[in-house]
Amino acid sequence: MTFPKGKLVAIMGLSGCGKTTLLRHIGGALKPTKGYVKMDGQVMHDLDRQGLYAMRRKMGMLFQFGALFTDMSVYDNVAFQMREHTDLSEDLIHSLVMMKLHAVGLRGAQDMMPSELSGGMARRVALARTVALDPMLIMYDEPFAGLDPISLTVIGDLIRRLNDALGATSIIVTHDIQESLKIVDYVYFMAGGVIRAEGTPDELRASKNDFVRQFVHGEMDGPVPFHYPGADYHQDLNLRT
Amino acid sequence: MAVQSTIRAIGHQIVNTVWRIGVAARFFFLTLLYSGNSFRRFHLIIKELFSSGVMSLIIIIVAGLFVGMVLGLQGYETLKRYGSESALGVMVALGLVRELGPVMAALLFASRAGSAMTAEIGLMKATEQISAMEMMAVNPIARIVAPRFWAGVISMPLLAALFSAVGIFGGYLVGVVQIGVDEGSFWSQMQAAVDFREDIMNGAIKSLVFGVVVTVIALFEGFDAPPTAEGVSGATTRTVVTSSLAILMLDFVLTAIMFRGA
Repeated sequence: MTFPKGKLVAIMGLSGCGKTTLLRHIGGALKPTKGYVKMDGQVMHDLDRQGLYAMRRKMGMLFQFGALFTDMSVYDNVAFQMREHTDLSEDLIHSLVMMKLHAVGLRGAQDMMPSELSGGMARRVALARTVALDPMLIMYDEPFAGLDPISLTVIGDLIRRLNDALGATSIIVTHDIQESLKIVDYVYFMAGGVIRAEGTPDELRASKNDFVRQFVHGEMDGPVPFHYPGADYHQDLNLRT
Repeated sequence: MAVQSTIRAIGHQIVNTVWRIGVAARFFFLTLLYSGNSFRRFHLIIKELFSSGVMSLIIIIVAGLFVGMVLGLQGYETLKRYGSESALGVMVALGLVRELGPVMAALLFASRAGSAMTAEIGLMKATEQISAMEMMAVNPIARIVAPRFWAGVISMPLLAALFSAVGIFGGYLVGVVQIGVDEGSFWSQMQAAVDFREDIMNGAIKSLVFGVVVTVIALFEGFDAPPTAEGVSGATTRTVVTSSLAILMLDFVLTAIMFRGA
């Protein structure tokens, strides 16, 4: 798998197929048993803790439900990395936080606590926090999960615009095929820990691949069976065949 | 077969316990290693001192007052039999400063602040806040654990001292004000019998040790909690149970070392 600079790439697949595990490998949270992840010329699992942390400063990750720090306000959440990793003055941090919050449309919510935010707002604050230090790689773990249709469009649009504005590379792990095909440049389909298909959104919409067709059109049965493998049905019902 | 599986289960439990002690010891070591950042940014410790120390004040003061009053009552009843009511102040003060102050304050601290620490960190883990911090290249042990650890270690002896002081006042209220023990002998005998190094310092050392133990247990249980509702509730229970047992066992050991023959 390659994620070219400036591109927005989606990784799709069924639950449990290894999408989030892949993100964890890219972030250096897991060591691969086979293969490697190379970012900016460095093999992630070869790095020591210091090297890994240096690399992570160039990354941002949006967690599935935002993972905002619940004991901090919206403002402090966005300012967190700036305070931890830079020597910027509070005045400058204030300006930067305002710019990030403005970009996600939540400048007015700076004093709110995470518990006061709706799911969509929390996701947008988390997005502002993710791009706080202008990362070169942004990872999104199920950014559309549990959002209403308006929030879903807003988040999708923000992901695209932020990627282009920052000149970053973005990786989206998602189930939401319709929303993601609108915004991404390239898609990888995974199943059972391997890539089953790949292509641009237009190629995938026109694909004859059974797996892709089932996924894109949301068909119940196909290469991914409806029934989980089990004993013979008649046998389970104690019927003689 | 039943015997075999029982032995296997016991063995598994022992291995698991030893493994957890090892992981907790490593966790403690890492907390000390990454503590420098907390002292450079002391406001992080101050914030935690408020939630673990200041927020425990009410329970410590109320409990201290009542324990002192009970000591005053019981002590008077016992001392009266030997005609030594005037030694009530000594009995109340020594009982509190040497034993009840550090032990009761630590038990209350474990159930109020310790359980809160475990639940807070466990929930941070369950809601991926700790993973998020890791991904932001911020060490969660340095940022989350170390300030809470030092806040616990600093606040515990202060809370124990406060417990003893309020307890002595409770003993005074019952012994002198209510029952009528002579006020002069209550205070003067206490002043003559309570030794700063032998009694007060040893009590302070005890509470410091309890502070370290309770805080490490609370933080470790939170950090190690499975990221589920059951996991966090189980960890919170374990914090209170393990801390309470550790306090009582350590109290015996420390008392044997400090006061044997004194």
